[in-house]
Amino acid sequence: MSSPQLSDRHAGAALGIRPGSAPAAERTLSFVDAVREAADQEMARDPAVLVFGLDVDDPKAIQGTCRGLLEKYGPERVFGTPLSEDAMTGAAIGMALAGLRPIHVHIRMDFLLLAMNQLVNVAAKSRYMYGGRVNIPLVVRSMIGKSWGQGAQHSQGLHSLFMHVPGIKVVAPSTPYDAKGCLAAAVRDDNPVLYVEHRLLHFQKGPVPEASYTVTPGKARVTAVGEDVTLVGISYMQVECLRAAKYLESVGVKAEVIDPIWLSPLDIDTIAESVERTGRLLVVDTAWLNCGAAAEIVAQVAERLQGVRDLRLKRMGFAPTTCPTTPGLEDLFYPNARTIAAAARDLVEERACGWLPAERPDLQSIVFKGPF
Amino acid sequence: MRAQLYRSLYRIRRLEEEVARVYATDKIKSPVHLSIGQEAVSVGVCAALRPQDVVFGTYRGHALYLAKGGDLNAMVAELYGKATGCTKGKGGSMHLIDPEAGVMGMSAVVGTTIANAAGYAYALKHRRPDAVVVSFFGDGATEEGVFAETLNFAVLKQLPVLFVCENNGYAIHTPQIRRQGKADICARAEAAGVPSARLNGNDVVGLARRTEEALAEVRTGGGPWFFEVATYRWREHVGPGEDYQLGYRAAAECGPWVAADPVRRLGDALPAGERTGIEAEVETEIAAAFAFAEASPFPDSAELMTDIFKEEFDVLTAAQR
Repeated sequence: MSSPQLSDRHAGAALGIRPGSAPAAERTLSFVDAVREAADQEMARDPAVLVFGLDVDDPKAIQGTCRGLLEKYGPERVFGTPLSEDAMTGAAIGMALAGLRPIHVHIRMDFLLLAMNQLVNVAAKSRYMYGGRVNIPLVVRSMIGKSWGQGAQHSQGLHSLFMHVPGIKVVAPSTPYDAKGCLAAAVRDDNPVLYVEHRLLHFQKGPVPEASYTVTPGKARVTAVGEDVTLVGISYMQVECLRAAKYLESVGVKAEVIDPIWLSPLDIDTIAESVERTGRLLVVDTAWLNCGAAAEIVAQVAERLQGVRDLRLKRMGFAPTTCPTTPGLEDLFYPNARTIAAAARDLVEERACGWLPAERPDLQSIVFKGPF
Repeated sequence: MRAQLYRSLYRIRRLEEEVARVYATDKIKSPVHLSIGQEAVSVGVCAALRPQDVVFGTYRGHALYLAKGGDLNAMVAELYGKATGCTKGKGGSMHLIDPEAGVMGMSAVVGTTIANAAGYAYALKHRRPDAVVVSFFGDGATEEGVFAETLNFAVLKQLPVLFVCENNGYAIHTPQIRRQGKADICARAEAAGVPSARLNGNDVVGLARRTEEALAEVRTGGGPWFFEVATYRWREHVGPGEDYQLGYRAAAECGPWVAADPVRRLGDALPAGERTGIEAEVETEIAAAFAFAEASPFPDSAELMTDIFKEEFDVLTAAQR
């Protein structure tokens, strides 16, 4: 709806990229509170909306994202479930078939692997295989972990598995503003939506309007404007890309940064339009590269622009191994603002520059003290 | 009552015999898992259901679809892959649905709909307490984790759902005794806290009565019930024929089931005139359904890309392009 969401103040302001661009009167919320507020407002708006999952009603309330919902809406609409991801996903689908609008919460994305049959074989396919006679208005929230030894089974970014499958939408907001608007959009969507959160994004703060609003499926956002290279950062890597853009400024490279927000449907128009200008594309994912979201974006851009102009393309993401817990190895497993900046500069200068910017205190990664 | 049961049984039997007969012509564009021999389970249970009640089933779902009141023309057209089919030729025999009749879906992945049924029951409990859900599945499905998980959830939330395990003794070609360390499915339901009964799948009148009794509890907040119903698949796992030549089961094993065939026995018990009247009407209806399927068009090629999302096709692809 909002025309090309170019340089939207909410996205950048959340990271202090364009300080002062948000009106002083505007309220600041954390990502956690933005998620919670969206769920609260959608539950208030529509009595068919309910929230359940392991531990949504316990004292920690899923990092606080479900805090207060049980007290306000009662145990029929907010309940913790047995440790039964398969059956509870199937039950969520049954509820959706009966006209409810469930939000099923998983505190780690890794647990979705226990629910793949219901998500892929039933949720994504029901509308089609039943000839359009049913809808599955289901939201599945899940979190990617990172830092403090999350390790092999608490850190996976599996969103591309779902991008592969027709019939399910995938959204990965990176700012509090988009967290609220995308969750509202997902709840109101008549189709299944996988809502991808990142544990480190939960600590982000940014402007979030109090009134309810939606962020339209299938629209990317340009979060920084530049002409030398296009950086596409997925989920938490959007934060690192914006930091990388600041490092690149110091060597005279102007990076355009794009947050795809919705991975399926994917707004390839906005990305390709940028790459047609810059000629260089670096996609950074919080996931592996093989058959991943970054591969898909690069492939679609290459298909679109081959023969139109010369292209320099690169992907960054998890190292092609299992995530280790010890900090020294874990740091090597992930891209970060400095390694992204280095790769982007190499693309721009078309050579191995051997440059790695010195870490700037104002662009450090979030310090996260576990356990979760 | 008996006349109605006979009509339903005879209709399913004859419909599937016609499916088997026509199958050789390749006009049916879908694998078929015939329920011949097992019809009485669906007919007996559905005789105790109300129109607003809802059923979920399996890929062997012709009998359930028809017993619950699914549209016959739309079913045959679906098997033919026609645009007038109940899913416009997109789901085929294994994914029959008729929401208006309370037939809410069937899965080709064993056990899958058990959980869907429980979720539907959760919604009914809080929004439409006059209705219940019946979940049909086979003996093989009780080996899936989703069966145990769903029983637990149904008891925990005291859901209005009746679980009906149609135990035909085989998962494709493997007998229950080679798959289950303790071949007592009712015991597993009881262990989860679900009251259970082991019933005779050829006793259609008894099944209707026992379903009525169990649902009296389920409808009044008593929580879930479980039936293990003994039955037998006369034909091959998938396809129109028999499969005794494969050697995994003896033809003689089927003998007692054929001897106790409820379709024949119920028919024999009816006054001759009433029986022939029912049969003539059913034959006319079935012939009309096949004629409807034959005359119906195949879906337009544009249908390949519709119904993926509930949105206009061009809106979404515009976003994806």
